[in-house]
Amino acid sequence: MEKTTLFDKIWDAHVVKSVPAGPDVFFIDKHFIHEVTSPVAFLNLDTRGVGVKYPERTIATPDHNVPTINQDQTIKDQLSRMQVQKLRDNCSKYGIELHDLGSAHHGIVHVIGPELGITQPGMTIVCGDSHTSTHGAFGAIAFGIGTSEVEMVLATQCIMQSKAKKMRITVDGILGKGVTSKDIILYIIAEITAAGATGYFVEYAGSAIQSLSMEARMTICNMSIEMGARGGLIAPDEITFNYLEGKRYAPKGAEWDQTVAHWKTLKTDEEAVFDKEYQFDAADIEPMITYGTNPGMGIKVKGTIPTTEGMEGSNKASYLKSLAYMGFEAGEAIKGKLVDFVFVGSCTNGRIEDIRSVAQFVKGHKKADNITAWIVPGSKEVEKMAHEEGLVKILEEAGFELRQPGCSACLAMNEDKIPSGKYAVSTSNRNFEGRQGPGARTMLASPLTVAAVAVTGRICDPREVFEN
Amino acid sequence: MAYDKFTLLKSNAVPLPNENVDTDQIIPARFLKATERVGFGDNLFRDWRYDVEGNPKKDFVLNDSTYSGKILVAGRNFGSGSSREHAVWALYDYGFRAVVSSFFADIFKNNCLNIGVLPVTISVAFADKLFAAIASNPETEIEIDLPAQKITLISTRESESFDINEYKKENMKHGFDDIDYLLNMSKEIDVFVANN
Repeated sequence: MEKTTLFDKIWDAHVVKSVPAGPDVFFIDKHFIHEVTSPVAFLNLDTRGVGVKYPERTIATPDHNVPTINQDQTIKDQLSRMQVQKLRDNCSKYGIELHDLGSAHHGIVHVIGPELGITQPGMTIVCGDSHTSTHGAFGAIAFGIGTSEVEMVLATQCIMQSKAKKMRITVDGILGKGVTSKDIILYIIAEITAAGATGYFVEYAGSAIQSLSMEARMTICNMSIEMGARGGLIAPDEITFNYLEGKRYAPKGAEWDQTVAHWKTLKTDEEAVFDKEYQFDAADIEPMITYGTNPGMGIKVKGTIPTTEGMEGSNKASYLKSLAYMGFEAGEAIKGKLVDFVFVGSCTNGRIEDIRSVAQFVKGHKKADNITAWIVPGSKEVEKMAHEEGLVKILEEAGFELRQPGCSACLAMNEDKIPSGKYAVSTSNRNFEGRQGPGARTMLASPLTVAAVAVTGRICDPREVFEN
Repeated sequence: MAYDKFTLLKSNAVPLPNENVDTDQIIPARFLKATERVGFGDNLFRDWRYDVEGNPKKDFVLNDSTYSGKILVAGRNFGSGSSREHAVWALYDYGFRAVVSSFFADIFKNNCLNIGVLPVTISVAFADKLFAAIASNPETEIEIDLPAQKITLISTRESESFDINEYKKENMKHGFDDIDYLLNMSKEIDVFVANN
């Protein structure tokens, strides 16, 4: 038998047909949709006179442009309201399961999928959103697609896709104190650049990865797209099975045992060959932060912003444009810089573990006067747990403003915008120009670093702020 | 949905040498609220093209009448980030039929091919030649021959071949999209589902 990777095993089991000199007709097990990238797909179905082939395989929730206050009231922004209404209409017309605003399982699509146990090992999962790679944490092939492809999945449950090359990133060793999975992925992206995995599907492996919780694994897979990868995945193990057991859509009883037996076979063969391999030592990773306008522009919080030495032409020009946007100088330290906003949330770090981590560290502290602190749970379920566990009280006492679930300031499609020129340290995934609002300056970091920045009001190393 | 057929395109080009141009720059999230595919070209490169009051920024290439054409020659890693197809809709709606770069982000490239904007990947050296030629003469014409998979700088007749898979090439030549193909496979898909 040919030695194959986990990615090969799942991919090959989902090829309906290989088109000669073309892509594969690739079958999709689960399809998530939201209000922004689906309406034109539905409109085109209507124009073609085609229906939804397997409505039970699509799950919907409005997340991108929903307000994060007063969710029980009518959405004020007319365009947002119409887009959310269109999603409701389309779901009702075709019999698609909708987790609507205010319902028990409303939330960011990449938070509720795992939470409900919809996301499972061995599956193929797509959504019109590049952070669909999040679901790869369960040992699934999951990636973002465009609206034309959303239409294809609705109409046929398939897309036309060429198989990506294979990359393995191994992180071995033990993470230092104050170093989180967000630091691992920011470190990897800084090492291999924002385009370093373009054309590849990544498997994350090694003892440092295996030691992580599902939430932490999701943070890593989530940001695979930020180094250009189609997606990232991690072989399922006991941590995965324990997370899924008892979840609403997970198999039950005898079926559970049979399914887990199958899931245990989902791993890369020992002698399987990857097109590219990287190896990193967990001991080299420290709390990270970005200083520029793509996620590859990351350094240790204790580090200095790289100089332009060795850069030339458009590469140097792009780099200087980026620093000018951020208001930073090449060669200077980032620690100590004043910050205006902190944002805890998004499909990267809006899960209960992230909120626990922030609450644990800000307990007994107050946010600095110069900081506006927003904390936006990834789902209603996360919000509920945060209340039940007393985290909300701790956070509010520290001066954080707790909002309702949604994508919020990660992409600032709703009212949650960082004002022009202001600095935000954010647990989200993208520091692009204007991502968090026109003119906003974003620095990406872990929830722990964000907690420390909230307390001190400046860029700081969480290990120097919080004891233990 | 079906788009205009693409065979031979001869046009002058708009240069945008910036690297890592992400889809948030091509079209910011706050302009993704439409429920129909109309008007996206107006907001193409919105925040680079207009100031907060909506006045054109003089230093941005789309506001410089010296440059025009149906081809965008872009810097390395063009189209990174969000999967929003709206970015390609905006380029198409504005009038671009081809984007040329030494490196494209994956999802962006797929989206281009799905709606009829041809992504042409060339070497860094050829990209530099194109940027230099356009800088010295904004009227510089570029020819993209899809059947021959060849891009040519008309002034010097220098050319380079580019890759595209045969299936996508045929689709572009005829203005077909994948969904036509997939809808014809309905029975095979049913069989696949029954067996899995």
